[in-house]
Amino acid sequence: MPEPTVFELSSPGRQGVKFPDSDVPKTSLPKGFVRKELPLPEMSEIDVVRHFTHLSSMNYSIDTGLYPLGSCTMKYNPKINEVTARLPGFAFSHPRQPEDTIQGNLYLMYALQEYLKEISGFAGVTLAPSAGAQGEFTGTLIIRKYHEDRGDSKRTRMLIPDSAHGTNPATSAMTGFEVVPLPSDERGNVDLEALKLLADDRLAGLMLTNPNTLGLFDEHVLEVVRIVHEAGGLVYGDGANLNALLGIVRPGDLGFDVMHFNLHKTFSTPHGGGGPGSGPVAVSQKLLDFLPDPLVVEVQPAEGDDPALYGFVRPAKTIGRVKAFHGQFGMHIRAYTYIRMHGAPGLRDIAEKAVLNANYMMQKIKQAYHLPYDRVCMHEFVVEGFWKDVPDIHALDIAKRLMDYKFHPPTNYFPLNVHEALMIEPTETESIESMDAYIDAMLKIAKEAREEPQLLHDAPHNTPVGRCDELKAAKNLMFCCYPLNELQKK
Amino acid sequence: MFTPHTEKDVEAMLKSIGAKSVEELFKVVPAKHRFPELDLPPAASEMEIMGELQELADANGTTQNMLCFLGAGAYDHYTPAAVDMLLRRGEFYTAYTPYQPEISQGTLQTIFEYQSMLSHLTGMDIMNASHYDGATSCAEAVILANEQFRGKRKQFLVSRAVNPQYREVMRTYMQGFPEIKIVGDEPETGIEADMQKLIAKIDSNTALVLVQYPDFFGRIIDYTPLVEAAHAQGALVAVAVNPTALGILTPPGEIGADIVVGEGQPLGLPLSYGGPYLGMFGVKEPLLRKISGRLVGETTDVRGQRAFVLTLTAREQHIRREKASSNICSNQGLMTTCAAIYLSLLGKTGFAKVADLCYQKAHYAQKELISIKGFKPMFAETPFFHEFVVKCPGDVEDLLEHLEDYEILGGYDLGQDYPELKGCLMVAVTEKMSKDSIDYFKASIEEVSHA
Repeated sequence: MPEPTVFELSSPGRQGVKFPDSDVPKTSLPKGFVRKELPLPEMSEIDVVRHFTHLSSMNYSIDTGLYPLGSCTMKYNPKINEVTARLPGFAFSHPRQPEDTIQGNLYLMYALQEYLKEISGFAGVTLAPSAGAQGEFTGTLIIRKYHEDRGDSKRTRMLIPDSAHGTNPATSAMTGFEVVPLPSDERGNVDLEALKLLADDRLAGLMLTNPNTLGLFDEHVLEVVRIVHEAGGLVYGDGANLNALLGIVRPGDLGFDVMHFNLHKTFSTPHGGGGPGSGPVAVSQKLLDFLPDPLVVEVQPAEGDDPALYGFVRPAKTIGRVKAFHGQFGMHIRAYTYIRMHGAPGLRDIAEKAVLNANYMMQKIKQAYHLPYDRVCMHEFVVEGFWKDVPDIHALDIAKRLMDYKFHPPTNYFPLNVHEALMIEPTETESIESMDAYIDAMLKIAKEAREEPQLLHDAPHNTPVGRCDELKAAKNLMFCCYPLNELQKK
Repeated sequence: MFTPHTEKDVEAMLKSIGAKSVEELFKVVPAKHRFPELDLPPAASEMEIMGELQELADANGTTQNMLCFLGAGAYDHYTPAAVDMLLRRGEFYTAYTPYQPEISQGTLQTIFEYQSMLSHLTGMDIMNASHYDGATSCAEAVILANEQFRGKRKQFLVSRAVNPQYREVMRTYMQGFPEIKIVGDEPETGIEADMQKLIAKIDSNTALVLVQYPDFFGRIIDYTPLVEAAHAQGALVAVAVNPTALGILTPPGEIGADIVVGEGQPLGLPLSYGGPYLGMFGVKEPLLRKISGRLVGETTDVRGQRAFVLTLTAREQHIRREKASSNICSNQGLMTTCAAIYLSLLGKTGFAKVADLCYQKAHYAQKELISIKGFKPMFAETPFFHEFVVKCPGDVEDLLEHLEDYEILGGYDLGQDYPELKGCLMVAVTEKMSKDSIDYFKASIEEVSHA
């Protein structure tokens, strides 16, 4: 049964919340500026609570079950994060408060900057960027400004491997770079020969996701970095897959110049149905001055009984502000909580278990699905959702059939360099039992594809809605529902 | 804790993989750099971390233990209890982007309802599923206008009375396009309410004019002449709004705005020191295909039921890659859920009442403050919503520092951003402020000023 919309549930005269009457003398509203009507719903509190509770029950979530979306790191989001982020001292602090009234926040941001530096091996970190894509944007602007600052105006090209997330080329274009695709070799690494040909004085940088979106750690990463540096370019690390590297290797040590973090992937801040993310950016020593405004620094060290004082500074050659205020602070609290609860051994344990889980699933699933790059994977792996003997079955059918088994499907049709890709990332928080259940379902579906293919074509069968008509949505262009009385008028 | 593996599990898994140890899985990582010793504080238990964060939180002054007259882009409103109780449902906050509509109808319908309520509130045809915040939504308006004119119009006008942080972010965003000029906010163009000097700058090279409503100083300005002048030259008009004000004010869609942007934080989002907030973004129908970010549309499923899906995705980076106009991927999903619940709860009467309370209390506060000796109203001829500017007799920073002793966050020192407004204090008043609190504010200022 579909759930009615808030407008369909509305009944004139109902009210969900009461506010006190004004206790000050009345001022009349400004003439000519007063709106005629305010078409919002009218519901009592219980209507609103039931409506959104019903809606929530139509969602699959990490709290519901295994969510192996490759590249998204859908790990468990610890409940304590939600409690600490809501502590009134944090939640009720205003972003324009004087620094002396807000030392708790400033310390937390300072410490998080320091932790992220240590984890990644870089010289400086900004917490400002709102999400991974904005982190990329910040990082590529820094690269742009670095070359500009050196008077090197020829460097207009950004190299992007063919397996990259769509945000990489989109970001490079947004910051005014020419996007040059870089092919992979047959083992899934950057093609070194192709790279050498492109490494000239037009090269601004290379955006590299490592491990890449095939879940593979580049076997020649040091060589890749060396070639780019020798040509005068910088190496940008897309930190989307950092979960595999915590305590294993620091991208800064490998020679990367800039990298963004996805706090909502690696550091367990929740995805929220599409956001908010949080995308801090780390840079090497020579790029420190270009970081966005603001940075948190220790402005006065502790002395005797007086604690240290923290405050904001604007870096000397900053690219400027990338958002209002200081970043997604609520996400900073959650990431801080998570890092502090793990410590160094705990972080390494995350990466080890993430990689162990992925390899375990890969070994089992490749029994029935073609694995195009068959070598030890990192935190995720990609198989083909396609068999030559049943060409009518596609990755999409497998994905939808998994829903009947009460699982979220893997990422499908990405990366683009694998045919009918199914990209699987179990994350470290799944147990062997939960993975076995998933593997079982995957193997059963491979059998069903041959024996009862219609089951796959018609899937899903028991979800709140069935397959949706996406063409109709794109044709009808309904982005808004109307109050019932207005609907009747139409 | 969060990894469920027992020793036995690990052994079984390694055996099945054919590896002797977990370390063996990382052979591909250059040996010299493998397994670094990280210098981090030792792990804390949940009980310990709770204590540590409680201590940090307690080190802050907050709007709960101080009276907050600070605004300047973030506002201290009351959020009904049901909002956060619903937001804590794991089904909402631990879900991913709703790419699989069959198991994401909760998120999809919630965003659709958010889009709908925001459309009605702003008078726009289509609102998207959010950008990061008010500042980045302004930057996205610039990108949209640049796309619309295919880079042929190079001048982007922005009023000096637009939030200075929004203006800075717009400029950060356009650094890759040096041919684009963002102008109109120079001191010479001024901050006069009639906007004549800004209007005079509009010409056939103008792609976009961006203004704020109410503006950064809280003023309610009639933008009709500006909209007419812009449209006469074929330029687009973007209006950055405060959604609370639209509870009583004419929506920008009705005065001809082509694009509406703004900060959605007042829609039930905690202040949370500046984020996560909510970038509102919407357009009139002719610009539909130029809108960036996600859109939820209505359709039907194979069973004939109504259903919701992400639509027109071909505009987005995961499909268009370098040809996409924006790189946005993650947005502020959970914040749109928050706004949708808040607006549903307050509804038609509650939302208008909050807007009216803000207006009434701000006007009372303004009258009281300008009755203090030496305090003068600024922009006295122009109506305002819930934020206003007073000229102080002494140093504003000094005044604010003294008010901290009275547990008051007294407002925003405009001299930081506007040299011409040195000595001016900007004060915001929301529905949370009682008459007694406003009277205490006035009395405290009087005491401080006489001291």
